Amino acid sequence: MKHFPTILSHEIRMLLVSASTYIAAVLFLAVMGFIFSGVLENYSAAPQETSPAAVFFQLFWLPVFFMVPLLTMKCLAEERRLGTLETLLTAPVSTAEVVLGKYFAAYFLYLLLWASTGGFFYILHRFAGDARFIDLGPLMGGYLFIAVSGLLYVALGVFASSLSRNQAVAGIVAFTLLFAVIIGLRFVSTLEVLNLASMEQLRAAVDYTMVFHHLDDFTRGVVDTRQLLFYVSGTVLALIFSILGVEAKLIHS
Amino acid sequence: MSAETPAIEVRDLVKIYSGHTAVSKISFTVARGEILGFLGPNGAGKSTTMRILTGYLPATAGEVNVCGVPVASCSADIKKLIGYMPENNPLPEDMRVSEYLHYRGRLKEIPRRKLSLRIDEVLELCDLTRVRHRIIGKLSKGFRQRVGIAEAILAEPPVIIMDEPTIGLDPHQILIVRDLIASLRGRMTVIISSHILPEIEMTCDRVLIINQGRVVAAGTPSDLRREVFGQARYHIEISGDVLVALPAVLTRIESSLLIAETGEPDAAGFHKLVLTTTREEDLGATLLPALTTDDRFRVRAFHRVNPSLEDVFLAATRRGWETVDAPVAGSK
Repeated sequence: MKHFPTILSHEIRMLLVSASTYIAAVLFLAVMGFIFSGVLENYSAAPQETSPAAVFFQLFWLPVFFMVPLLTMKCLAEERRLGTLETLLTAPVSTAEVVLGKYFAAYFLYLLLWASTGGFFYILHRFAGDARFIDLGPLMGGYLFIAVSGLLYVALGVFASSLSRNQAVAGIVAFTLLFAVIIGLRFVSTLEVLNLASMEQLRAAVDYTMVFHHLDDFTRGVVDTRQLLFYVSGTVLALIFSILGVEAKLIHS
Repeated sequence: MSAETPAIEVRDLVKIYSGHTAVSKISFTVARGEILGFLGPNGAGKSTTMRILTGYLPATAGEVNVCGVPVASCSADIKKLIGYMPENNPLPEDMRVSEYLHYRGRLKEIPRRKLSLRIDEVLELCDLTRVRHRIIGKLSKGFRQRVGIAEAILAEPPVIIMDEPTIGLDPHQILIVRDLIASLRGRMTVIISSHILPEIEMTCDRVLIINQGRVVAAGTPSDLRREVFGQARYHIEISGDVLVALPAVLTRIESSLLIAETGEPDAAGFHKLVLTTTREEDLGATLLPALTTDDRFRVRAFHRVNPSLEDVFLAATRRGWETVDAPVAGSK
């Protein structure tokens, strides 16, 4: 892991000078801005039971679907297409260092973009002049959820990128994987079959992976280690598969 | 890693890609400080062999040692011993030259305080100082190629492997690259592959010709000429009784001297002939006086033909590998 800091700082630098990062950032902030102002309009129209932060984070999946693929689709696919993966892997670095460096660079950017939405809450706090609008608990819980679940989403994006040399294919695969994890499991949980007594174990397993339940728990201030474990183990698995994906492509090239 | 161990040792290397044999039982050795040229038609297995040497691709069978270190089991150590420039010289488009070299230097574990000095040195060596702050994606092909070479020699590895370093360069740039490679002679072991044969002939100490995944010829360019053609050739333009009297005269001078080709006489009655002989030394000194003093013949031109590496290459790759592989692979 001697080269991890070198690769990480290089990757962050390359992300910060690339145009696609800024396109993703602008799209992200525009969409989040609309969502946020929409939420505020609802609050001004009629009193609501939950805090604005909780409602705001309910829609986290919308930007995740387009932002994570945009941030990660390039990382390994582009290197393979240009052939620079060959120069990179013939330097004294391991595949794990390369994949982890790229992963954490993308994750760093993901956090940076989400952190910038903190500005919305600051503006609200500054101009609403009413402390009730800013309920710090759900806000912190929401951001914590974003940080923890982001680990898995970015890892899935990196994994998708390790499968193809085409950025567009990597992006679509990443989108599909994210859709399956965030929305797909929700559909699975509504299957009638799972209500059978013999399916009880499976039912428990599916319930355990429900992303929206996790979000609710986090915004209510409940940090369940089982949920942390779900994201961390998923991340580790996705990264291991990314490393294997890169190496398998070499063996079978 | 004593000085006696050869820089590169390849024994019975085999690489099979999903049923297609790319490299089939290649064996060769490269001494330290030697410059070896890899020749072969497209798809002959040159790039595959080079990739296996760098540890980037695993071999299907066989043994490769770089400076005495086995590639298969110690690929992490091998990467420190080799500077590699892949085919088509892939470079990141959106970095500056000095930035790129700095990043690569850090990856190659050059200590930070030595790195900027070494980068200046390499930039100077490759004549890149003028473009050090330019973005690589906007450089011309010649500069990009030199950035690739600079990157390969950056960490001063004992072995440098370059896949077609002169492809797509103009003659002037080829000259610069050739001088650059020649300047490494003795200090580093260099393996280059190329299609440009005079290029290889001028820079390389030894040449390896590969066809269909097998070594079809190996040795110095002059060895190869002898081995592949097995005979010396003379071109002669002569008039007179060429068909009947000449063969008898020739056999009297040297028994193996034969007329290989006979051309039609031109307007002045001169035939263009190709003579072959198995004798290696130049027969011109005896042959030419014998023919000029003989008043049956008039000689207009006479010269010994040195086959170019190009001829050797064409002849060697045309020969079926079944006939030549075994003796050549064992000879070196």
